[in-house]
Amino acid sequence: MLKVRLIPVLLLRNGLLVRSEGFQTHQIIGNPIHEVKRFNEWNVDELIYLDISQADDYDLRRDDHKVKDLTDPLAILDEVSQTCFMPLTWGGRIRHLEDIRQRIHRGADKVTLNSAAVKTPQLITEAAQVFGSQAIVASIDVKRQGMGQYEVWIEGGKTPTGLHPVQWAQEVERLGAGEILLNSIDRDGSAQGYDLDLIQAVAAATRIPIIACGGVGRYEHYAPGIAAGASAVAAANIWHFRELSDRGGKRALAKAGIPVRLK
Amino acid sequence: MTNASAQVAVINYGMGNLRSVVNAFAAIGAPVTIAQSPEQLAQASHIVLPGVGAFGDGMKNLQEMGWIPSLETEVRAKGKPFLGICLGMQLLATLGTEHGDCKGLGWIDGIVERLPLTEPTLRIPHIGWNDVEFRQTDGLGQNLGDRRDFYFVHSYAFLDLPDEIVSGVTIHGCTFISSLHQDNLYAVQFHPEKSQKAGLMMLQNFIQVEGNHA
Repeated sequence: MLKVRLIPVLLLRNGLLVRSEGFQTHQIIGNPIHEVKRFNEWNVDELIYLDISQADDYDLRRDDHKVKDLTDPLAILDEVSQTCFMPLTWGGRIRHLEDIRQRIHRGADKVTLNSAAVKTPQLITEAAQVFGSQAIVASIDVKRQGMGQYEVWIEGGKTPTGLHPVQWAQEVERLGAGEILLNSIDRDGSAQGYDLDLIQAVAAATRIPIIACGGVGRYEHYAPGIAAGASAVAAANIWHFRELSDRGGKRALAKAGIPVRLK
Repeated sequence: MTNASAQVAVINYGMGNLRSVVNAFAAIGAPVTIAQSPEQLAQASHIVLPGVGAFGDGMKNLQEMGWIPSLETEVRAKGKPFLGICLGMQLLATLGTEHGDCKGLGWIDGIVERLPLTEPTLRIPHIGWNDVEFRQTDGLGQNLGDRRDFYFVHSYAFLDLPDEIVSGVTIHGCTFISSLHQDNLYAVQFHPEKSQKAGLMMLQNFIQVEGNHA
């Protein structure tokens, strides 16, 4: 039986790992390689690494946390893939087919497309033809516009698109995406739990796996995401601030009767 | 225990994530190189065809880069142990059906088909950790028990093969063949290089396999 995946999301910003809140506050929390080693030892199901760096804005305050070559996130990917014998999804700042090729060549199994997918939707199709649908994850960031209205935002939550997440999810599936990483901007860093209405609406309208993201503050927040229709549950902050966050999360899912890999 | 005389060659035919496969063999202490050109397979004791991508592109690349005659010699004639991973398993088929029909290497008498959407809640691609139920406990499945979780990420698979070459099956909506063994050919639909301890154990088992005409 296929197990539900519990996935840590690491946010890389200008050479450092950060935590995020509402897509705006970014607090530095550590070294981009050490965390991966820890997850590898824990045998976590999968890892999503998102490069949310801003161009020419490298943070030089904490030399002790940084890796050698800050200017090149791909150097970080090289290091990560040497210690990571688990599935790795890499996202952020991917604009062209060549960007995808480089990341897969360096050890990523899947890549996420977000802003580029909205601006040039045919990139999804081209990428799926070359690398297979299973390697192309459409990352969709959603903001609530009051009264149950939703809108897709891009460029790290800075730019509205006028797209509705349900229609956009159906469109990325049609274009050839193999999976959707569905993130709620409102819930990001809020610790209030997933936006379950959003997950339900998108999952009901698609046949590809949905990874729920945004809002987990307690292990008990995972199971409702699965009940709402997600195939996998992801979170960022809870993985950094709690010990044994893999085992804790898995136990909470198992307790809710959801099949997980306990080893 | 490692096979000191093993020399693993991972074929670079422009399809996907070679680095992970090489890293995984390196992690178990196996001498491993990326074969960049067909003649390099002559030096190898064990040959690995990895691959992520579409069936048609995979076959096209094998043909255009001249890999097929060399594979025929080293794997089929000389009987060197061969491991196909994911697309590298599918390409052994007589026929692939991704983006239209496409002939495969034809070493395994079978067709690679899209996993059918048999249930309303089923999602394709099949992504994640799923049980491989071993039908053979020797070969790649040694020391792994009757069933074990491995990492899958695919939409296509062999749905039907002769029992005698099926070494493992998995269920996702329907039962499909997740592992096969025919003479010196081993192939898996999942990714041992991404399956942590169980995956590394399986690669270890592969390098213990002796060639047919060693």
